[in-house]
Amino acid sequence: MTRALIALVSGTLFGAGLAYSGMSDPARVQAFLDLLGQWDPTLAFVMGGAMLPMAVAWVIRSRLSAPLAAPAFDLPGTSTLDRPLAFGAILFGMGWGVAGLCPGPALADLAIAPGDVAPFVIAMFVGMAAQRFVPFSSQKPKQAGLK
Amino acid sequence: MMAPFPNAMPVEGFMGGLLIGLAAAIMLLGLGRIAGVSGMAARATGIADSGAPRNVAIAFVVGLPLGALLIAQTVGAVNVNFPASIWPLIIGGLLVGYGTRLGSGCTSGHGVCGLSRLSPRSMVATGMFMASGFVTVGILRAGGWL
Repeated sequence: MTRALIALVSGTLFGAGLAYSGMSDPARVQAFLDLLGQWDPTLAFVMGGAMLPMAVAWVIRSRLSAPLAAPAFDLPGTSTLDRPLAFGAILFGMGWGVAGLCPGPALADLAIAPGDVAPFVIAMFVGMAAQRFVPFSSQKPKQAGLK
Repeated sequence: MMAPFPNAMPVEGFMGGLLIGLAAAIMLLGLGRIAGVSGMAARATGIADSGAPRNVAIAFVVGLPLGALLIAQTVGAVNVNFPASIWPLIIGGLLVGYGTRLGSGCTSGHGVCGLSRLSPRSMVATGMFMASGFVTVGILRAGGWL
């Protein structure tokens, strides 16, 4: 219960930040990516602002043996640069550019313009499910027999 | 004289960014997790089997529109402009959904949380999705679709 409440506070602050910063506006995000058009640098200020509390948080985290309201830290531990990471990021960037939306703003916009954002959100979940059931193979067929 | 970037909102952007960073810091220090929206959304819907506890993921995802609503109710109307056609939204949504799961993260997980952690994977992912976004919008602009 406490943990769900903390997550709700985190999500709410996150959504408020997206809306306040203008990042819930697909046209503004797309304008950041539009170097040949009327470029809008706002997204860079948002990223800069978000880095500050997180830089402090990572320092505090290094001095904690456990988080404040959960038994243990559960953080990504891999540092391997692999093909799924690269291809996934490229595909994500294409979709981000085409629609001007990434997952956070899309979900936040359900409260601002539900009818407008619904096709994106539905397609996004279809894409997520598709990745699970039609996963990208990073292994060459000849390697499948190894191990 | 015209301002160089007439539409920019540097102050609101920075302040909103601080809120986003604070939100991610609460998730990290409170629950020991990355505030990655794509991962939380996949977990909340049951598309992902592993990750945050289900109730944590659902609460975080529900908070996103709640926070936007809060801003709309207190600060004022939140201005959003969507593509006129439904196709960019459908194509974009499919690519964003598939790509963020394959690449293990989006702007929040890799961008906000990973970059601030100086994670090599996140630095590569963020560089690649940014570059991919710039090229994609550049092609749309050059092709006369924007």
